Amino acid sequence: MKDWGYKISKPRTIDLDTADTNRYSELIEKLPSAKKCIMCGACSATCSASNHTNFSFRQCHIMFRHGQYENLSGELDKCMLCGKCNLVCPRGVNTRAIISHMRLLLLDMNNRNIAL
Amino acid sequence: MEAAYHLARHDYYVTLLEKDAETGGHIKKDKKLFPDFADAGDIIQELTRKMAHPNIDLITSCNINELFRDGEKWCAKSNKDACYSGDAVLLATGFDTFDASRKEELGYGIYDNIITSVEFEGKLKEGKILTSEGNVPQRIAFLNCVGSRDEKTGNKYCSRVCCINGVKLAISLKEQIPNADVYCFYIDLRMTGQNYEELYRTSQEKYGITFIRGRISEAAATFDNKIQLKSEDTLAGFPLKLTVDMLVLMVGIESSTSTKLLAGQNHIKGDYGFAASLGINTQDNLTIQKGLFLAGTCKRPLSFSETIADAGAASIRILDYLKTDK
Amino acid sequence: MNFDPLVIPFLAGTVFLLLVVSSKFFNWIRHMDSMQLSVIKKNFATKITIQAICEIFHESLLHRKIFKKNHRLGYMHMSLAFGWFLMIVVGKIESLFYYGSFYDRPWLGIFFKYFARTPHHYFMIIPFSFIMDLFLLVTLSGVMLAILKRIKSGSLGLKKTTNHILLDRITLTALWWIFPLRLLAESSTAELTGNGSFLTGTVGHLLAFLPVEHIEIPLWWAYSICIGTFFLGLPFSRYMHIPTEVILIFLRKWGIQAGEQSSGYTNIQLNSCSRCGLCIDACQLDYAAGINNVQPVYFLRDTRYKQLTPEIADNCLLCGRCMEACPVGLELTMIRQQLRQKPELPGKNYYDYSLSPDNTTKSDIIYFAGCMSHLTPTIIMSMKKIFREAGVSFWFMDEDKGMCCGRPLRQQGFLQQSKDLVRKNTQLIRSSGAKLLVTSCPICYHSFKNEYSLDIPVMHHSAYIDMLVIDKKMELTDSAIDMVYHDPCELGRGCGIYDQPRHILQQIGNLLPVESEKKDSLCCGGSLSDMAIDANTQKKIMNKALEIITKSGPDILVTACPLCKKTFGQNDKTRVMDIAELVATNLKLK
Repeated sequence: MKDWGYKISKPRTIDLDTADTNRYSELIEKLPSAKKCIMCGACSATCSASNHTNFSFRQCHIMFRHGQYENLSGELDKCMLCGKCNLVCPRGVNTRAIISHMRLLLLDMNNRNIAL
Repeated sequence: MEAAYHLARHDYYVTLLEKDAETGGHIKKDKKLFPDFADAGDIIQELTRKMAHPNIDLITSCNINELFRDGEKWCAKSNKDACYSGDAVLLATGFDTFDASRKEELGYGIYDNIITSVEFEGKLKEGKILTSEGNVPQRIAFLNCVGSRDEKTGNKYCSRVCCINGVKLAISLKEQIPNADVYCFYIDLRMTGQNYEELYRTSQEKYGITFIRGRISEAAATFDNKIQLKSEDTLAGFPLKLTVDMLVLMVGIESSTSTKLLAGQNHIKGDYGFAASLGINTQDNLTIQKGLFLAGTCKRPLSFSETIADAGAASIRILDYLKTDK
Repeated sequence: MNFDPLVIPFLAGTVFLLLVVSSKFFNWIRHMDSMQLSVIKKNFATKITIQAICEIFHESLLHRKIFKKNHRLGYMHMSLAFGWFLMIVVGKIESLFYYGSFYDRPWLGIFFKYFARTPHHYFMIIPFSFIMDLFLLVTLSGVMLAILKRIKSGSLGLKKTTNHILLDRITLTALWWIFPLRLLAESSTAELTGNGSFLTGTVGHLLAFLPVEHIEIPLWWAYSICIGTFFLGLPFSRYMHIPTEVILIFLRKWGIQAGEQSSGYTNIQLNSCSRCGLCIDACQLDYAAGINNVQPVYFLRDTRYKQLTPEIADNCLLCGRCMEACPVGLELTMIRQQLRQKPELPGKNYYDYSLSPDNTTKSDIIYFAGCMSHLTPTIIMSMKKIFREAGVSFWFMDEDKGMCCGRPLRQQGFLQQSKDLVRKNTQLIRSSGAKLLVTSCPICYHSFKNEYSLDIPVMHHSAYIDMLVIDKKMELTDSAIDMVYHDPCELGRGCGIYDQPRHILQQIGNLLPVESEKKDSLCCGGSLSDMAIDANTQKKIMNKALEIITKSGPDILVTACPLCKKTFGQNDKTRVMDIAELVATNLKLK
C-alpha cells in the first residue's frame, strides 16, 4: 500500500477521564510531600540539568500527575540528582526522592526487596 | 494615630507612644499608595494634623520594652525607665520586613543593584532611580514572594500586599522611565482588593509590563555589574535567562520585634510571632487580656486601607470597654 | 570409658557448625571479585599474615578497641571470649597431660571433669584445676555483665542496646546457660569424685543437700545440649561473627577493601557484625529524630536475612559516625552504597547532552565551586577574591554550564550514571591544562579524590588557603572574634582534613572548643544521601546538632561546606559563615 504520508495524530488534550493516575496514587502514598507542590518552578529554575537541556522537574511532575507517561522515563534520566531543587523548594517537597521514585514506578519495579 | 484621634474626639485622654522620631510608620517611606495612587505624603499630613487634638499626648523616640497590667491599670515601661499608665492599651506595633540577606542565593548584600522593595520605594520618593554606577536602568526585574510562602525561611504564609505593591512599583517605575523593560516574576498574582485586578490589567495594557510565572533561583553579577538571572518560565515550560540592570526583591511582612516582645510578655503570641486576637471574625481587636487591644499589622499582614479600618473598629471596642467598665 | 551418649549433642552441633561455616566461607571467597582474589595471593605468604594473627589476638580475644572506648563493655566481651577460648585451649592441654596423648577424642577436653574421674597424679594437676576454675569464674562474671546489659544498658555506659530477633535471643540464651551449667555439672562431679578446685569444689559442697548422683548426668546433658544448640544457631545468628571476624581480619590486613559493587567480601563483612549495638548510640537519626530501625546493626541484619527494603537502605545520612563507633571496623558507608544499587539501562549514555565548553585559555588552577555553592554565592565571591589576592589565574569550571561531580548519584546507587558524569568532567579537566583543582564543596572533593583518576592534585579550598598562608602568599588579620569550627562529614571523616581549617582559624580569631569534634563531629542533617526523610526531620537533626556545637556561645559558626552552611543557616541565633568567607573578610590586602 502506498504511503501517502498521512497519519492520525494523537489528541493533544489531557483527558483526565481516561488518564491512568494509579501510579501517581502510589507515588503520593510513599511520598506525601508531592501533594504540596504549587508548580512555582523554583526547582526547575535552579536545576543543574537545565543548563544544558530543557529538563524540568516541575513539568515531569505535572505530566506524571495527569497520567501522561510518554517520554517521561527518558526525561527523568537527565536528572543528575545534585539536590539544588530540594534546597530551594518553598513548600518543602522532597523533589529528589520523587524523581527517583517516579523512575522506579515507570519501570514497575518499586516493590522489590534488596538481595545481594 | 487613627485610633488615637477617634478616642480623643470622644473625650478620652490618649498617650501615643512612638518608637521612631516621627510618627507614620512604614508609609513614611512610601511615595504613592495602591491601588489608587493616593499620595502617601498627603495622608501622613492628614494624620499628623489629627495628632494636634488637645486630648492626645504624643511622645516620640520612646522604645517600650515592657508592658504589663498593674491592678486595673496597664503600664508601659520604656527603656529609659519612664512608666506610662492607662486604663486600656492599644497595641499597634506594626511589622518589620523580611531580611533579604537570609535568601543568600538572591545575592542581596552581595552584589550591587539588588535592592528590596522598601529601598526601591525610597528611590521613587527621592525622584531618582539610578543604578550603583549612577546610570538610569533600562531593564528591571521584580521578584515576588521573597521570604513569604517559603518553608525554608520559616514564613509559610502569604504577605498579602506584595503582589499589588509590586504592580504599583512597576507602574511607578514605568512612569519615571517610560522606555524601560520591566519584568515581574510571580508564582500567583493575588489581586484581592477593589481595583487591584484593574490595576494589573492597566499595567499590562497601558504600561507594557511583562509578567513571567516562575521563580528566580539565582542572581549573579556579570563583569559589567549587571545582574544575570536564572529562572524558568513555567507556563512555557522552558528555562529562562535574563540579564537586568536592577533586581527588586518584594520582601514579605514579618512580625516586628516590639510585637514579638510585648505579645510574648502578655501571652498573646500567635503564629509566626504575630499577636493573636480573640477571634478573627467578630472579636478581632480583643485579646485574652482585659483592657489590651490590637489593631493593624501586629496581627497579620494587612494593606494600609485595611489598617485604617481596623483602627476604627478598635476604637469602638475600646470606647465600649472604657464606658462600661469604668 | 571415654564415651557417653551425652556428648552427642555437642558432637552433632560441632560437626554441623564446621560443615556450614566452611561451606559459607568457601562460597564467599569464591564470589569475591578477581582483583580482590589476586590481592590475597600476593600477600598471604608474607609477614602481614603474622600481623593479622596478632590483631586477631588483640581484637577478637582481648577486644582492645572496645575496652579503650568503654571499659565495662570491653571487659564483658573479653571475659566471655578470651575466658572461653582459654578454657578450650587449656582444657585440651589438661586432657593431654591426663591421658598422655594429643590425638585423643576431642570431647575429652570439653567434658574433662566428667571423664577424668579418677584423679591420678598427672603433671600440674592442682594448678590446672585451679586455672580452669579461675577461667570459669571470669567467664561467669562476663555472663553476669551481659545479662545486666540486657536489663539495664545504662549500667554499662550504653544509651540504647540492640533489639534482637527471636533466633538471636534463643542462641544468646543457649550461650549464657553453657557456663552456669558447666559450673553446676562440674561441681556435682567434683562432689562425687573430689576432682574440683576452689570454685567447683565449693559449689559442689553447697550442692551436697541435693541427690547429687542423680542430678549429675542430667546436668552434663543440659550442658551438652546447650553447646549443641548454640553451635546449631551460630551460623545463622549474630554469633557468626566469631569465626567470620577472624577471616575478615586476615583479608583486611592483606589489603582487601570494599569495592563499589557488592561481592563475597560484602557477605564476609555482613556476617562479621556482632550486633553489639554501638552504632545505635552514634546515629543522629536515632537520638534527634527517633528513627531506630535503620542503623547498621539492623540494616546488615535485614540484608543477611534477605529482608532489606529500599526504605531502610535509603534512610541514612552516610555521615560515617557509625563507622567510627564500630569495633569491628566494618566499611559501613561503602556497604550501604553497594546495597543501594538501583536499576539502570546498561550501555546508555545518560549525560550526552552536556554543553560544557572545553576551556581554550590555559590557567594554573581549575576552580570547581560545586552545585551547592551556587546557592551560597558568598563562597564563590570569597574564593574569587582569594585567587586574585594570591595572583593566580583560574578557570571557573562550573560557572555557567556546570555539571554535577557525580557523587550524589553514586551515593544513591546509580553507578553507571555517576561514571558517565565522571568521564565528562575528567575530559574537561584534562583539556584545560591546569596543574591543580580546587573545589569548595567537600562532597565534590571526596569525589574527585576517590572516584576520579586525575593526573593533577585536588585540594579543598580550606587546604588550599592553608597552603597559601603557610607559603606566605597571603596574610590574615587577627580579629578577636569567638568562633567554633564544624567539621563537615565529607571533609573530616570522609577525607581526613581536620587540621588545616583550624590552623587558619586560629590566626583569625578565638577558636572555642566543641564537645564533639573531629572524628566525632556531628552531621548537620542536610546530607544529600538521605532521600527518605523530610525537611522537618532534617531540621530536628540540625537543631540538636547546633545546640551541642554552639554550647560555648560563639559569635560565629564556621564550616567548610556550602550544604552545611545552608542547613545551619536556617537557624536564627548564630551567624554561620564558610571558612572562605571569613578569610576573605580578614585578608591583609597588599
